[in-house]
Amino acid sequence: MSLDKQVALVTGASRGIGRAIAHELGREGAVVVGTATSAAGADAITQDLLAQGLRGQGLVLQVTDAASVEAAVKAVTEAFGAPTILVNNAGITRDNLLMRMKDEEWESILATNLTSVYRLSKAVIRGMMKAKYGRIINVGSVVGSMGNAGQTNYAAAKAGLLGFTKSLAREVGSRGITVNAVAPGFIDTDMTRALPDEQRAVLIGAVPLARLGSPEDVAAAVAFLASERAGYITGETLHVNGGMYMA
Amino acid sequence: MSSIEERVKKIIIEQLGVKEEQVTNDASFVDDLGADSLDTVELVMALEEEFECEIPDEDAEKITTVQQAIDYVSAHLG
Ligand SMILES: NC(=O)c1ccc[n+]([C@@H]2O[C@H](COP(=O)([O-])OP(=O)(O)OC[C@H]3O[C@@H](n4cnc5c(N)ncnc54)[C@H](OP(=O)(O)O)[C@@H]3O)[C@@H](O)[C@H]2O)c1
Repeated sequence: MSLDKQVALVTGASRGIGRAIAHELGREGAVVVGTATSAAGADAITQDLLAQGLRGQGLVLQVTDAASVEAAVKAVTEAFGAPTILVNNAGITRDNLLMRMKDEEWESILATNLTSVYRLSKAVIRGMMKAKYGRIINVGSVVGSMGNAGQTNYAAAKAGLLGFTKSLAREVGSRGITVNAVAPGFIDTDMTRALPDEQRAVLIGAVPLARLGSPEDVAAAVAFLASERAGYITGETLHVNGGMYMA
Repeated sequence: MSSIEERVKKIIIEQLGVKEEQVTNDASFVDDLGADSLDTVELVMALEEEFECEIPDEDAEKITTVQQAIDYVSAHLG
């Protein structure tokens, strides 16, 4: 299979999009380390991979904690070798109108959705430089390009992630490392299940393909960018949104 | 066992893809050996590996010539 020799680190793989990404990369042959914020979550990932017949394990990672990031990358490296694929997927929402937004809501989004991308990328880039090969895929959002009322914090972080992606792509391109983003639209996960029904209906109305996306729809795009076939694509954003936004 | 100077020069030759005769002691990585900023970061990584030590960023920034690399390694390996 195409990812046979690769070691993939996928953050936030306990559920939703991250879980689908872990499965897809595993099916393509990569050793997959998926992370959760709790030990129980990490164990569940290990069991889940095993049940699917995939190589890899779960790991505890708190992306907002620098020491946790360092420990996680070290653990992966010791167990399987330095990661050659990093998928920065972990993310949260803390929606509020700007006028009501608390500093804590702003800061937690920036820390979890953007600073984490900086930290994890920095932690794996050394190994990729040495290998002269690497794939970093950052999971953004359509909202980072379109904007969305009630999500100034989230959209700022996701747009920031795109700037980060392009800049790092320029920095490390000469070493065979590609850095890309996948920007999901409205995907059926816990994150969107939290929305009221009326709001979901309105959102689906704005999607030409007239349905929510599945985590697998996003995972397929990530797996493509992680593959060797995508080796001439870098600094790019692949939108997976059913046509709700056409870049 | 080769001397520290020889080992440092060997790494510079490998990392920067330059010829042995170019690697004079006063040669600057960027100005004389055509290194870019990423090359110098990688060079420091290679030195760390060869000499099994960690070179802090503040120190790494000051290693810009062949002699400085030799001096740094010599001083820190005692
Ligand atoms: N769903 C959508 O419609 C949609 C649309 C656009 C973009 N996205 C993006 O896609 C990514 C995944 O979203 P999702 O819908 O799959 O989310 P989800 O179902 O809510 O899952 C979030 C994942 O992130 C992990 N996580 C949360 N906070 C973390 C932290 N501080 N440190 C480490 N891991 C943390 C969670 O771990 P635990 O299980 O341990 O909490 C979980 O695995 C996010 O970046 C999101 O912004 C989603």
